[in-house]
Amino acid sequence: MSAGEKSVSISTAGVVARPESVVPARAPAVKQRKLPDLRRWLSPIGLVLLWQAASSTGVLPPDKLASPATVFRSAYELVVDGQLVDAFLVSLSRVAVGFVIGAVVGGALGLVSGLSRWGERLLDPPVQMLRTLPHLGLIPLFILWFGIGEEPKLALVAAGVAFPLYLNLHAGIRQTDPALLEAARVLGYTRLDRVVHVVLPSAVPQTLVGLRIALGTAWLSLIVGEQINADAGIGYLINNAREFLRTDVVVVGLLVYALLGLSTDALVRALERRVLRWRAR
Amino acid sequence: MAGAVRIRGLVKDFGPRRVLAGLDLDVAEGEFVALLGRSGCGKSTLLRILAGLDPDVEGTFTVPERVSVAFQQPRLLPWRRVWRNISLGLRGVGRQRDKHRAVAERALAEVRLADHADAWPLTLSGGEAQRVSLARALVREPELLLLDEPFGALDALTRLAMHHLVEQLWREHRPAVLFVTHDVDEALLLADRVVVLDEGRIVAEHHVDLPRPRRRASFADLRVEVLSDLGVDDVEAA
Repeated sequence: MSAGEKSVSISTAGVVARPESVVPARAPAVKQRKLPDLRRWLSPIGLVLLWQAASSTGVLPPDKLASPATVFRSAYELVVDGQLVDAFLVSLSRVAVGFVIGAVVGGALGLVSGLSRWGERLLDPPVQMLRTLPHLGLIPLFILWFGIGEEPKLALVAAGVAFPLYLNLHAGIRQTDPALLEAARVLGYTRLDRVVHVVLPSAVPQTLVGLRIALGTAWLSLIVGEQINADAGIGYLINNAREFLRTDVVVVGLLVYALLGLSTDALVRALERRVLRWRAR
Repeated sequence: MAGAVRIRGLVKDFGPRRVLAGLDLDVAEGEFVALLGRSGCGKSTLLRILAGLDPDVEGTFTVPERVSVAFQQPRLLPWRRVWRNISLGLRGVGRQRDKHRAVAERALAEVRLADHADAWPLTLSGGEAQRVSLARALVREPELLLLDEPFGALDALTRLAMHHLVEQLWREHRPAVLFVTHDVDEALLLADRVVVLDEGRIVAEHHVDLPRPRRRASFADLRVEVLSDLGVDDVEAA
């Protein structure tokens, strides 16, 4: 579940994704929220039951994969004794700090190269070249530059965030409808007015797409980064568990990663609904 | 009466193609002039030049300080509410939001959209959006209003209502109007003067000295004349 979702983020990390139609045709006045189709839950629940059955009958030995019941119990114990919460907070703060650094860098570069012709000439070529490097492949260099403490982990997250944000912000600004800019000019908008009321708002949908990709990449970068000599965080929890063949704890860690990824994604989608509420309803 | 627009020897080339070939035109203050012509005759280009959107020309022209444009598409900012679309770009009203709001609401009332101030532009119909676009152009109290086929994309019934509205707004605000269209009836209904453009030159001019509001029957003869200026002689077909 987590692996599948994250690997999608890798392949799109350097890609400018399209926002789902910037100005959609007029939608029906009331969008009906459909109830989830419960039948879609049949196979996932069936798989978990199958997994439990395989564990109970000894087909699946616990040193390969713990049973769902054991995973659930370990999760409960880890929460109660505080280990999971501590690890969670450490990992969360790594992502948060790395994300802020990456967002500031990617956002600033995207703004400069989007808003100024010279900025684009000077900044875009090197950024486009660098983004073809798989940023996870930079780990050896980051270890040499930053050591094996917190810094390479933050740098990895920041690099994963900066590129997709830059690309989508830049593309979003460049896609501004020239007809709207013309109208703004003849209606006496100042240059600042045009940037604030025309260019930047029209770049928002694309930037939010970039934000979602960036957050996906941020979690992926964290997971990889926490394999480097972590002494705290969920990566540490998982690596430690591996030493003792605690597959139940490994699975708990993976589930937490997955939940974190899902919840930040939901956060961005909520932000989208709020910020893009001008779209036809 | 001083002129609002004065154009002398205006020439505009797009590559090897000459779009405006030494055009002369005057528009008096408060005068409503319709520019008629086939597509590609240079009428929209002329409007864009007067709006300051195409600086690369030969010849001279003067326009007043405050010029507004309403385009064929309403070109509203979809992410700003209707009243903000109107008040943005408004200068000299002071910075206070509530003042801007009041000005925008008055302008909306004039185009009979007073209760749409807080709507998002994408929720408006084509005719409503075009009325907002008119309100936005007029709220600046322009001395010259440039209309670039503003009813071209509207259905026939909405067009009729818009003709009436434009005439009324023009009477109240009295800007000079340069109205680009390829619809002869529309031009004769609204304009003091109809100017026919062909290949970048003025080929005919008609003063329409008829009382307003006009009825189509009142300008049947003039219509035949203007159509023939446009190269349409088979009036039955037109």
